[in-house]
Amino acid sequence: MSATPETAPASPGAGGGALLEVDGLRVGFATEDGRVQAVDGVDFRLEPGEVLAIVGESGSGKSVTAQTLIGLTRSPNSHIEGSVRLRGEELTALSESQLQKVRGTQIAMIFQDPMTSMNPVYTVGSQVIEAIRAHDTSAGKKEARARAVELLESVGIPDADRRVDAYPHEFSGGMRQRAMIAMGLALEPSVLIADEPTTALDVTIQAQILDLIQELNRSRGLATILITHDLGVVAEVADRVLVMYGGKVVERGTLDDIFYDPQHPYTWGLLGSLTRLDQPRPHRLPQISGAPPSLLHLPTGCAFRPRCPHEFGKCTEVPGLEARLPDDPNHRDRCWLTPEQKRKRREVEGRIGLEEPR
Amino acid sequence: MLRFLIRRILGAIAVLFAISILVFLIFNVVPATNPAPRIAGKNATPHLIKEVEKQWGLDKPLPEQYWTQMKLIFTGKVKSYQSSINVDQRILEGIPATASLCIGAAIIWLSFGFLFGYLSAVRAGGWLDRGLTVLALIGVSMPVFWLASILLYYFTYKIELFPPSGYEPLSNPGKWFSHLILPWISLAILFAGFYSRVLRSSMLDVMNEDYVRTARAKGLSQRRVMVKHVLRNSLIPVITLFGLDFGVLIGGGAIVTESLFNIEGVGLFTAEALKQQDFPSIMAVTLFGAFFIVLFNIFVDIAYAYLDPRIRLGTSAA
Repeated sequence: MSATPETAPASPGAGGGALLEVDGLRVGFATEDGRVQAVDGVDFRLEPGEVLAIVGESGSGKSVTAQTLIGLTRSPNSHIEGSVRLRGEELTALSESQLQKVRGTQIAMIFQDPMTSMNPVYTVGSQVIEAIRAHDTSAGKKEARARAVELLESVGIPDADRRVDAYPHEFSGGMRQRAMIAMGLALEPSVLIADEPTTALDVTIQAQILDLIQELNRSRGLATILITHDLGVVAEVADRVLVMYGGKVVERGTLDDIFYDPQHPYTWGLLGSLTRLDQPRPHRLPQISGAPPSLLHLPTGCAFRPRCPHEFGKCTEVPGLEARLPDDPNHRDRCWLTPEQKRKRREVEGRIGLEEPR
Repeated sequence: MLRFLIRRILGAIAVLFAISILVFLIFNVVPATNPAPRIAGKNATPHLIKEVEKQWGLDKPLPEQYWTQMKLIFTGKVKSYQSSINVDQRILEGIPATASLCIGAAIIWLSFGFLFGYLSAVRAGGWLDRGLTVLALIGVSMPVFWLASILLYYFTYKIELFPPSGYEPLSNPGKWFSHLILPWISLAILFAGFYSRVLRSSMLDVMNEDYVRTARAKGLSQRRVMVKHVLRNSLIPVITLFGLDFGVLIGGGAIVTESLFNIEGVGLFTAEALKQQDFPSIMAVTLFGAFFIVLFNIFVDIAYAYLDPRIRLGTSAA
C-alpha cells in the first residue's frame, strides 16, 4: 500500500499534476436557521490507481465533499468556494451542462443504499443502458444492451443476460450494489466516488463489494474516493486517509500513518472504538463521549474541543492542518499537542484510544 | 398481470354489490315508513301507490324486494312516476352530453395541471413558481357556480362571443364546440389549479429521492432526469385523484356546471331528481354513479401497475 502505486497508468492530464486536485474546498448552505458550513477547507490530491478514504461521523462533511466534486450540491441555497481540478480542468467553473459531460464519463459516483439509489420503476438493465446512451449517443439500443450485460457480468452478477431485465427490487442488496457499480463503470471513468458503498450491506457482502472495488481499482487503474465511517473498511482497501470532523480535515496521512501513528485525538477515538479480535474483550465498547457538533453552532477553536479529554488553553484557537512530525511532511493534523504528548496520551490500556473524559 | 386484473375486477363486482345493498337499504328500510308513497312521488293517487307497492315488490320479504328493485333498474324498466319518463333511458340519453363535458374539461385540466405543476416543481422557489402558485390558488378558490355565472354574463351576454347555453350534439362539431367552451373552462379551472399543486408537491418529494441523485450523477440532462425519473414517479397521486374525480363527474357529478349551462346530461338529471325528491331516479343515478367510480378505480389500479412494477408483481415486492 503506497501513495503512488507503480502499477497505475500514466495520467494523460496536463501540467503533470495529479488526476484530481482539490484545494480549499468550502461548501456552505443557507438554511432558515442560518448558514451551515458543511465543508470548511478540504484539500487533497488523487492519483490514478489510488484509493483515498474519507472518514468521519455523520455530519462531518464527507458526503457533501464528495457530491460537490461533481457539482451535485449546486443549488441556489449553496455556496461553493475553492477549486476542484480534474486533469487540470477546473470543474467548479463548468456550467451545469458541461458538468453533465464529466459525470459518469470521467467521475462516476455510487451511493450508500442501493435499494433507494436505483429507480424502482425501471429495470436494472435499462438504467445501465441509460447511463451508456446518455454519453455515447452513437450506441444503438442493442449494442448498449450487450454492453450492459457485459458490465453486469464483469461485476460478478450471475446469469446477467436474464437479470438485465429484472427490476431493482428483484435483486438482493449485494447484487444491487454490484449493479450500481456496473452503472458507474459503464463509461470507463477515471475516478470512482463510492459514498458509503457497503454501509447498507451485511458483513460478508461488504467484503465482496470491497474486493470488487479493490480489484477494479487495480485492474483499471481506477482512482477511488471511498467515503465511510467504518475504519474496518478503510483498513482493507485504502492507500491514504483523510479524517474529517465538523467540516474540516483533522488528520491526513497514509493508511499506516493513521492506524499506527495517529496524531489527532479524534482519530484515536475512532481507532479506540473499533472492536478487535486480537485483543481481550473490553468490559464495555469504548466510545467517544458526546455528539458531533451542530454545524450551525460550531465551538470556537478546535471543533473537537468539547469532546476531547486532552483539551487545554490553546485549543480555543483553530489549529492549522500542518505536518507536526519532523520526518513525515505528508502526515498532517490539526492538534496543538506536541508529538511527544500525543505519543504518551494515546496509549489507553495498552492500545490506541481516547481516555475517558475527566 | 392477468391475475392482477381478474382480482381487481372481482373485487369491483363485490364492491358494486355491496353498494347496491346499501342503496336499497337507505331508500327502503332506513326511513321507518312505507317507501311506496315516496317512490310514487308527491302527487300520487292511492291507486298509484298500490301499483308501486306491487311493482316494486314492497309487500314481499326484503331479499325479494331487493331482487325485484335491482331487476327493475338493471333491465331499464324503472320509471319516474312524477315526470312519467323511463329513468334508465333518460340517463342513457344524458351520457353523450355529460361525456362531452367531462372529457373536454379533463383534457384542459390535465394539460394545464401538468404544465403548471411541472414548471412549478422545476423552478421551485423561483418567481415562476410563485406566480403559478398564486394562479393555482386563484383557480381553486373560484367556486364553479360563481365562475360559471361570471363567464356566462361576460361572454354570452356582454360581448356575445359564445352562445348562451344548452348542448348541441357532436353531429354538428362547430356548434358542439362553441356551446361547450364555457362549461369546459368553468369545470376545468378548479381542477387544474388543484392538480398542479398536487403534482408540484409530489415531484418535489421525488426530487429528494436517492435515485434522482443517482440519475444526476450518471450525467443525464436536467430535462431527462425530470421527465424520466421524477415525473413518472410523481404520477401516482395525480392518477389516483383523476380516477376519483373523473369517475364522479362522468357518473353524474357535474351537477352545478350542467345545471348552470343547461346541459341535458346525467348531472342535470340528478339535480332535477334531487329537487323533486324523485326516488326512483335518485336510486338509479346513485347506482350509475357508483358504477363509474368503481370502474375508474379499476383503471387507476391498472395505471398503478403500469407505472410501478412493484405493484404489478405484488407478492415479490420488498
